Amino acid sequence: MGKTLNYSQITKLVPTGAKILDLGCGDGYLFKKLVNEKKVTGVGIEINEDEAIKAIEKGLSVIQGDIDKGLKQFFDKSFDYAILNQTVQSTDKPDYVIEEMLRVSKCAIVAFPNFAYWRVRFYLFFKGKMPKSKALPYEWYNTPNIHLNTIKDFYEFCKKRDIKILEAVYLAKNKARKKIFRPLANFFSEEAIFVISK
Amino acid sequence: MESVDIVQTKYYNLNNALELECGKKISNVTVAYETYGNLNKEGDNAILICHALTGDAHAAFKNNENDKKPGWWDTMIGPNKAFDTNKYFVICSNVLGGCKGTTGPASINPDTGKQYGHLFPVITVEDMVKVQYELINHLGVKKLTVVGGSMGGMQAIEWSISHPELVKSVIIIAAAARLSAQGIAFNAVGRNAILSDPNFNNGDYYDKKHPEVGLSIARMIGHITYLSETSMHKKFGRNFKDKPNFDFGVDFEVESYLDHQGRIFVDRFDANSYLYITKAVDYYDPISKYGSLENAFKNTNGKFLVISFTSDWLFSTAQAKEIVNALIKIDKNVSFIEIESPCGHDAFLLEFDKQTRIIKAFLT
Repeated sequence: MGKTLNYSQITKLVPTGAKILDLGCGDGYLFKKLVNEKKVTGVGIEINEDEAIKAIEKGLSVIQGDIDKGLKQFFDKSFDYAILNQTVQSTDKPDYVIEEMLRVSKCAIVAFPNFAYWRVRFYLFFKGKMPKSKALPYEWYNTPNIHLNTIKDFYEFCKKRDIKILEAVYLAKNKARKKIFRPLANFFSEEAIFVISK
Repeated sequence: MESVDIVQTKYYNLNNALELECGKKISNVTVAYETYGNLNKEGDNAILICHALTGDAHAAFKNNENDKKPGWWDTMIGPNKAFDTNKYFVICSNVLGGCKGTTGPASINPDTGKQYGHLFPVITVEDMVKVQYELINHLGVKKLTVVGGSMGGMQAIEWSISHPELVKSVIIIAAAARLSAQGIAFNAVGRNAILSDPNFNNGDYYDKKHPEVGLSIARMIGHITYLSETSMHKKFGRNFKDKPNFDFGVDFEVESYLDHQGRIFVDRFDANSYLYITKAVDYYDPISKYGSLENAFKNTNGKFLVISFTSDWLFSTAQAKEIVNALIKIDKNVSFIEIESPCGHDAFLLEFDKQTRIIKAFLT
């Protein structure tokens, strides 16, 4: 599944003129798209020096830093939207990072590959090996994805912590769907995007 | 053969006496400066380069075809370089209190007809910026980017605070909003070396022997703070110059390096300037002055780029982040990169590849 769908779906979820915090912004592709299409302002955080430079080359405001160390430099609710796109699974402390996002922003957007996707399940079931796919291209020994999760896991996580799920978008086969029976979503979605708040 | 860009150091005499932070006034101030590239019609393509502790106005090109070396930041300033002289009008001037053409303790005091020596008023980073401001006006600059490494970074910070209407962007490299206690301590030892040199004579030494031993020790201490443990180890290790001499002379390579740096420094720098300028660095503290860094930066308009280096312990990443975090808190446009480098504080003069990429990206 292309990244284009993920980017366009997230762009749809962000209101025009919002102040955003893009965590793990990489080369700033999504951030730049949001600036162009939604006139957002804000800042990106990226741990990798090279990626951060590429984002600055796009004219974005980018801070090189490690989001696992917290977002202490930001005041409570100082952003409209904090975005964590394809990054939660590679953080050391996903719970801490998400709580911090909800502290500094009014809403948070979390997008991640769904480990309960049927192809992933079948891969493990039939091959007996750690699943690999376009969304999960790494070997078990070199993957940055140390905290993979499923859509069901994420619902449980939010429930336990009194986090409100404002919207859920499920992506599969280049299509985005919103209203599907949850167990089916967990089985058929390659990726999920959640808008949450606290 | 590649053509050599030649630049002439120019001098501008300030029209009026300058009111200093210490409350005193100083008249007949001259400022030495160089410019590279051309100012556009709108006067808004200027970049002011602020030099570090012992730097000077000669930042790029050569002054003479036969010069062995170009200016101190020639790797960064020139056609198609980070500060592209095809696009920008780049300016660098020697700081107030210096000894490279701008008025300083070795200049003639109009009241006595002799060199100022210790009668030179105590100057601050704010005063340095006041002089640069006069120069910028004289050159017809309407908007500018201010850039500086180390002490130059402090001047860049001060520019953004004191002239928000002029500054469209600020680049702060290997710097801090104020020196740490450790940094002040090293400067204090350097100054003590000069003050306790028998030739110092309360700063009145211009027609006698200069306090060269003191000044060279100060420079040695400085050099230790500019390197990192790794870079020193890589450069010198525990190597002997020759073999152990079993005396207290210069035995180790690292000793020989410091000795050399100390010796060549006394030929190009004035001990009084060293005292005055290090003191200015020690005093600079916008956090105390404005209550907080957020408050200091409150009225700034431009965008900021902050760069630190992993192995720089004199102006650490933590200190750079203090600047970044303050700017974020008050909603200013800021980018920050920590460059991986083993070169210590000196990295801002050496790591030009990465700095070029980052600065070019930021300036476009």
